[in-house]
Amino acid sequence: MVYRLAVLVTAGLLAATPAAAADKVKIGFITTITTPAGVIGKDMVDAVNLAVEQIGGTMAGLPVELIVEDDGFKPAIGKQKADKLVKQDDVDFVAGFIWSHVLLAAQKSVLDSGTFLISSNAGPSQLAGPLCHQNFFSTSWQNDQTPMAMGEVLNQKGVKSLYVMAPNYAAGKNMVAGLERTFKGTIVGKDMTKWGKDAQLDFSAELAKAKASGAEGIFVFYPGKAGGAFMKQYEQAGLRGNVALYTVFTVDSIALPRLQSGNMTGVLGSIMTQFWAPDLDFPQNRTFVAGFKEKYGRYPSFYAAQSYDTIFLIKSAVEAVNGDLSNMDGMRAAMKSADFPSVRGPFRYGNNHMPIQNFYSREVVVDADGVWTTAARDVVLKDHQDTYAQECAM
Amino acid sequence: MDWSLLVIQLLNGLQLGVLLFLLASGLTLIFGIMDFVNLAHGSLYMVGAYFCATLTHLTGSFVLAIALALPATALVGLAVEVIVVRHLYTRDHLDHVLATFGLILCFDAAVHYLWGPEGMAIPLPAVLDSQTELLGGIVFPTFRLLIIATGLVIAAGLWLVMTRTRIGMLVRAGASNRRMVAALGINIEILFALVFAVGAALAGLAGMLISPITEASIGMGNEIIIIAFVVIIIGGIGSIKGAFIAALAVGLIDTMGRAFLDTLMKLVMSNQNAETAAPALSAMMIYILMAGILAFRPQGLFPPRGR
Amino acid sequence: MALLLLALLPVWVAWANTPFHLDLASRLMILAIAAVSLNLILGHGGMISFGHAAYLGIGAYCVGIPAYYGIHDGYLQFLLAIACSAAFALVTGLICLRTRGVYFIMITMAFSQMVFFAFVSIEEYGGDDGLVIDMRSRFAGLGNIENATTLYYFIFASLLASLYLVHRIMRSRFGMVIEGIRGNERRMQAIGYNTFRYRLACYVIAGALCGYAGALLGNFTNFISPEMMDWTASGELIFMVVLGGTGSLTGSVLGAAAFVLLEEWLSAVTIYWHFLFGALLITVVLFARNGMAGMIDRLGRRAWRRSS
Repeated sequence: MVYRLAVLVTAGLLAATPAAAADKVKIGFITTITTPAGVIGKDMVDAVNLAVEQIGGTMAGLPVELIVEDDGFKPAIGKQKADKLVKQDDVDFVAGFIWSHVLLAAQKSVLDSGTFLISSNAGPSQLAGPLCHQNFFSTSWQNDQTPMAMGEVLNQKGVKSLYVMAPNYAAGKNMVAGLERTFKGTIVGKDMTKWGKDAQLDFSAELAKAKASGAEGIFVFYPGKAGGAFMKQYEQAGLRGNVALYTVFTVDSIALPRLQSGNMTGVLGSIMTQFWAPDLDFPQNRTFVAGFKEKYGRYPSFYAAQSYDTIFLIKSAVEAVNGDLSNMDGMRAAMKSADFPSVRGPFRYGNNHMPIQNFYSREVVVDADGVWTTAARDVVLKDHQDTYAQECAM
Repeated sequence: MDWSLLVIQLLNGLQLGVLLFLLASGLTLIFGIMDFVNLAHGSLYMVGAYFCATLTHLTGSFVLAIALALPATALVGLAVEVIVVRHLYTRDHLDHVLATFGLILCFDAAVHYLWGPEGMAIPLPAVLDSQTELLGGIVFPTFRLLIIATGLVIAAGLWLVMTRTRIGMLVRAGASNRRMVAALGINIEILFALVFAVGAALAGLAGMLISPITEASIGMGNEIIIIAFVVIIIGGIGSIKGAFIAALAVGLIDTMGRAFLDTLMKLVMSNQNAETAAPALSAMMIYILMAGILAFRPQGLFPPRGR
Repeated sequence: MALLLLALLPVWVAWANTPFHLDLASRLMILAIAAVSLNLILGHGGMISFGHAAYLGIGAYCVGIPAYYGIHDGYLQFLLAIACSAAFALVTGLICLRTRGVYFIMITMAFSQMVFFAFVSIEEYGGDDGLVIDMRSRFAGLGNIENATTLYYFIFASLLASLYLVHRIMRSRFGMVIEGIRGNERRMQAIGYNTFRYRLACYVIAGALCGYAGALLGNFTNFISPEMMDWTASGELIFMVVLGGTGSLTGSVLGAAAFVLLEEWLSAVTIYWHFLFGALLITVVLFARNGMAGMIDRLGRRAWRRSS
């Protein structure tokens, strides 16, 4: 009996033996494929595939091998996959990460192994501040920045009182903290709702509170599918016209097609803040958006934009060292210079390897083909650096 | 205290309650009569929602879609009964839990494959997609009122069927003494399959009613099914009346917790701690209620007689 | 022989340079300890606990919370893990064991959900986001378990000790009484045993052992979150026990091994792997009585008959 067990285990382990590392650039990409949040992961993986295809599948003459792993929206699984990528697949870069809590759980495994870690979305304050690391880079933003920009927009509009709703996880807390940092009015009420794979999607009690609070506006952060559900209930509860809606990372090209198919015209003209928009007029962005629309028949989301940039950031590093992947210092220096064509236009990295970049106000519009999308309006924060950079020892 | 807010929150709690009742009524019957633990009941809730969403987009009518999706969900339920569940009636609860846990995984993956990961919205007719003004100037979403009304009508209908018809009598008899019904010469197999299909349709209906609000999504049934189990355990397995009372109690507790607990907790702790702890604690209250009730009444509030 | 293979695995891993397999085997053995502990109450005691993952979580937090405050003393952490799990099992057991059948399943689930939501609500220890454990337990005088191979042997020894412990328990008078209660509780009462106390003691031992596994898990993953005590995690533990064969000591280890390896392989095959996993689960329930242990025994007997 015990013998059989051992044979089973050993046979299992043998079968999982990987091929020895060859001369190629191995990129591990952790995102959410299953669960409803898989729609975000799909957008990211599509963008990465597009980027790899556009660069002909090679970097500095080395073929690119992409290994996509599903975190299942769970920090523990994300960490396990990170362990697998650095230990079994021996990847050169671990990238991806939608969720701040998943990234926080996985970062130690990747960084301790001496592998580069690139966040294509999550920007938790810890990694920008006390936990900052020489091998960690971000192609997105620090969580607080986008809501800080929104706080400025609210001040400009003269909004005096606000009700706040966000999911109760690392990024949700950062978003609220960012807003509170710049918003000058009062926050009359706040709800932090259950998040994760069993996220709360019915906001009846919270919306009733928001309405009764008498706030001028409501600020929400509901990424992914929760955004669509929120918008719908906001309308159904009759808040439009009574309590103005201000969002970050909620109305995006993932939520918009569904809102359009539900004919929720109320969302048109609504304002959000973002570091990027599909219509930003930079050559790389035009190539990206046109290529994405042609290949997949839809607008890319900001998640896709950041993932696309991730590949070009890695490419700039690999080319700077002429494919010598053991030259970590050379690759690090190349990435730090941010010397690659980005969809957001030129930007630079701060001491904590978070982008110093512009944040725009964005408006929901109808494009020439009648498709709902977002368009950039004004620069709200120019060359903005996150506030946690000073807590970073680098 | 703002009274109109209290009334609105009571209505929200009631709406969640009747939704839970739709799920729990089928669950409690299946459990009571077949002595079968069906964790996959939540998957039928999801299947109903997806059917309804697809049919709404095809036919352009939400009402027509419900009318078509109801029998379709019942058929799926019937298929599950015939293919898997039927073979497990004589097994113990452990086997039920495992097999239906497996069914959940299968259903979630199948829906992911068929409909993609992104979920589906259900557009509502403009009449329903608005607000209604109630007495005292209270404004409430029309569709949520409709959910409450539907749930109450179905509860009344079930009560009539259970107390006034022969089928209902058999079902009640089955819940308290299965062998007796078999001895009466009733085809137990057909009765079981019928109850399972009706339970599936009720669960599907709950899914159809909630997804215009939250959208249909993968795994949408996995959290609510556990709460539905809590409901039937509190109410007493096999008891429709118990399920109804427990569903409303659980719906109200959950909503009231979300609505007022943070304000209460701010009196004793810092604002930030209260804001983050309150939602979890209101979710926890349901389980405390169940453990408390079981500690004093190990068979739930209304155990059917004769067991 | 088997032990030798498992004991030599690190050597092979070092030679083949596949450290991930060490991780896989470590995780497998930790879950095996948890499954063995669940099997003690589920298989031998007939108590279907649907909340066993709570003990994994409690044990892990007993490592994580002291570590958060800079206390890395392994003796203290593990002792705390065992004590807290045992205490939780004692308090909840007093209530749960009053119920029977499916009510027992549901009330154990309710208590684990309470622990789940309690940790979700505690902002200080990360809430839903979980807590990163910077440093593993240190054992004064013995060293630490930072090294993956050291940790592996530590877990390996723990597994052996747990198997021996449960084996001894089941062979003792206490174990006989527990088996007797599962067979016919009334009879045991009639003979004069206070069956409630025996079942409670069994429940507490299982909880404490699983808490110990939780402390190992916290050390192994360097990360803890409430997610690990979600009701689905408890369901997976039951799956391991049943897949291996209820009541079989090695069965639980087999079940945990099969679970971890299947998850690893299937998820690499297709993103729809949950379907295969679910279908397998249903098949096992429908066709494989007594799980893998039963299947292997049947095959073994058939082969024996044919050869003789």
